[in-house]
Amino acid sequence: MRLEPIANPSFARSVVPPALAIAATVVIASLLAMIAGADPFAVLGLIIKGAFGTKFALLETLNRATPLIFTGLAVAVAFRARFWNIGAEAQLYAGALVTVVLGTGALPWPGFALIPTLALGAVLAGALVLLVPAILKTRFGVDEVVTTLLLNFIFLLFISMLLEGPLKDPMGMGWPKSARLIADARLPRMFEGLRLHWGFGLAILCAVAVWVIQTRSTLGYEMRAVGLNRAAAAFAGIPVNRVLVKTALLSGGLAALAGFSEVAGLKGSLTLDLSPGFGYTGIIVAMLALLNPLGVIVTAMFVAGIFVGADSMSRAAAVPTYLADMMLATALLLMVLAIMLTRFRVRRE
Amino acid sequence: MRDTADVVLRLDAITKRFGKLIANDAISLSLRRGEVVALLGENGAGKTTLMNILFGQYTADSGTVEVFGRVLPPGNSRAALDAGVGMVHQHFTLADNMTVKENISLGAQPLFALSMKNSEITKKIKKISDDFNLKVDLEARVANLTVGERQRVEILKALYRDVKILILDEPTAVLTPQETDDLFATLRLAIANGLSIVFISHKLHEVMAISDRVSVLRHGKLVAEVDTADTDKEALATLMMGTGAVAPDIAVATPGRDLFSIKNVSTPNIGSIPGLKRVSLNLKAGQIVGLAGVSGNGQAALADLVAGLCTPAEGTIEHHGDPVKNWSARDAVNKGIARIPEDRHKTGTIADFSLTENAILECYNSDDFSKSGWMYWKKARAFAVDIIDKYDVRCPGPDTRIRLLSGGNMQKLILGRVLEAAPDIVLANQPVRGLDIGAVNYVHSQLLAARDRGAAVLLISEDLDEIMRLSDVIHVISGGRLSPEFLRGTKSPSELGGWMAGQGFDEQVTHAS
Repeated sequence: MRLEPIANPSFARSVVPPALAIAATVVIASLLAMIAGADPFAVLGLIIKGAFGTKFALLETLNRATPLIFTGLAVAVAFRARFWNIGAEAQLYAGALVTVVLGTGALPWPGFALIPTLALGAVLAGALVLLVPAILKTRFGVDEVVTTLLLNFIFLLFISMLLEGPLKDPMGMGWPKSARLIADARLPRMFEGLRLHWGFGLAILCAVAVWVIQTRSTLGYEMRAVGLNRAAAAFAGIPVNRVLVKTALLSGGLAALAGFSEVAGLKGSLTLDLSPGFGYTGIIVAMLALLNPLGVIVTAMFVAGIFVGADSMSRAAAVPTYLADMMLATALLLMVLAIMLTRFRVRRE
Repeated sequence: MRDTADVVLRLDAITKRFGKLIANDAISLSLRRGEVVALLGENGAGKTTLMNILFGQYTADSGTVEVFGRVLPPGNSRAALDAGVGMVHQHFTLADNMTVKENISLGAQPLFALSMKNSEITKKIKKISDDFNLKVDLEARVANLTVGERQRVEILKALYRDVKILILDEPTAVLTPQETDDLFATLRLAIANGLSIVFISHKLHEVMAISDRVSVLRHGKLVAEVDTADTDKEALATLMMGTGAVAPDIAVATPGRDLFSIKNVSTPNIGSIPGLKRVSLNLKAGQIVGLAGVSGNGQAALADLVAGLCTPAEGTIEHHGDPVKNWSARDAVNKGIARIPEDRHKTGTIADFSLTENAILECYNSDDFSKSGWMYWKKARAFAVDIIDKYDVRCPGPDTRIRLLSGGNMQKLILGRVLEAAPDIVLANQPVRGLDIGAVNYVHSQLLAARDRGAAVLLISEDLDEIMRLSDVIHVISGGRLSPEFLRGTKSPSELGGWMAGQGFDEQVTHAS
């Protein structure tokens, strides 16, 4: 067997494999549910209903998608320039940290001044966290996969230390959590009476902004050139290292907004379980979207939908919640295969 | 007259299509015991495709491969090797960090052998190396070998596997004339020992010197099969290139002032590739300077220096007589240096960018195409359309990804990109490598046009014919040192070959001191 690249893929070829991948994911998930003792034919319906079927479910999915859009964008921006930022998790916590440090009373400002300040502070913190690996890479050639990945653990332990020490809420009954944000620091809801905060709106705005930057700005052109062929970019006079550092700043800032929006929009305080792996799931979100920033909105909702839907399904059908993780992994692997099949033809010999 | 019993390799009516392109059109070829058949053809004529089919890398659409009377199963990459066919590739397949002996025995022994039988391996290699006049130090690391020595290791590697048929793909492309003579001596010994050889080349005098028969390929077709004794270089050239190819007619030029000067520049060695050693070079208005030499002798360092990719460790560079302080790729572009890179796929273009995006690669941040950080895509696209028209780039349109273009059309886009602003300095590094003859002539005529309007052109090539045909002045580079300048027609190919092999440089130093 060998793979032959296809010069001009037809419309059918670019649509059918991904559709088959989704269908296969559903079939495999149903089989797994059957093994777990549930009715395989009810599984899909229960997931869709649990994720999008009711107003409550839909809002839950959008809330869950919000941090994933931010981390997905962070990864999409970085990967587009072939800067492998695996550390969105650390940058997310950096954003959350700044939000609680400044938002729990240190700045007694009204909301219209405080909230943008918190967001900006979070962006700067996330950018700073990723600046270190970026400089190590451009100056000394240190592999950013290693540094960004390991920084996740370092940063989580750092947060843990702070939550057991200086940031510990004196009213928290001994739990390792920070004090709550003051009311002016909380993100308002987007619509009266609906449990959806402005973090979601900001995420959509960021996705559009990133898309505009990538397609219309010189920085976007440079980032794509550096990502596709670093040697040719350097030969043409594009300052590759400077572009990589700018990319890192943008990526780190976007990931940090996930932490800001979770704390200021949803949780109100910082705990160690603020992110159930949003930083890593962001990689899946970005890859499924083929690194397209607008696609990230769709895939983040898809991934959030699977999580929320599978959660609800597991309660309704009495199967383990781990089914959601397995579905996501299956969807990712099959989608990667499908994407390859849209570009290559398999020849048997 | 032809004795078919002795045929050791037979390709029968091999056809292979890639999309609309017919790479091999019903090509038949036979090789008899103890003979050298030359496969002659321009780059892109289908030689490599044919060999890939023989070795099972590609499956032919129709036709068969027969070795010692047995048909090989198509698409099986081990079949030809197991049947006793060995190949020495143009680009060597050696492990740099291992010794010569390890490279030769690598893969020729079972994976889980209990003992390596070191002495037996050495004995066998020694015997082959004596029999075939292939002298090389078995314990040396491949990284430390010269190109000629590496090729000897490749040939030893094939002979170690007891091949009966040896295929050499452009074996002389990287050799000096003297090393080529040594190679031919080895090949004659191989013939005497009963081997048969397919010699792939596009160099006519070598084909005349070594082969018994010649098969000529052109645009995927077998256009002639002749006995070498019955033909001559001129006839073969016509067969190979067809009659449509006309070399550009070159008028003598009178050079103007120095536009770009390199003064006593040295650069560090990079691995086993020498850097520049106190090199001085003047590029004058209205003159083509040809840089001849075997690859890996410092051409890359000199090209990088002019292109702005490296700065001198010692010495200075001058642009229009002014010393240059800051020097980067961007500076070189801004100073109006047109740079045609050696590898148009790896450094010249970005494969998944459109023609438009590739056209503005060097000037995207000029006022024409962007302002305060935002692109003017409409203007960029119009610029690309303009280049496509003017430089005859055959493509579906400016939004096509450039990876879908042929090498010649890719090169035309690069030419348009760098020449459109009428630069006064042109760096052309291997500008016609891998192009068909039509594209070659086009590129050459563009370089000559640039010269005629007063630009200084530096032409770097490993093809001595190209250098001698186009250059007003020739320098030879060897081991990072630059020869004195030779005016057009003052040195014969073999004299230049001597310089390429490193002769003459020491006397030059003596004279200078």
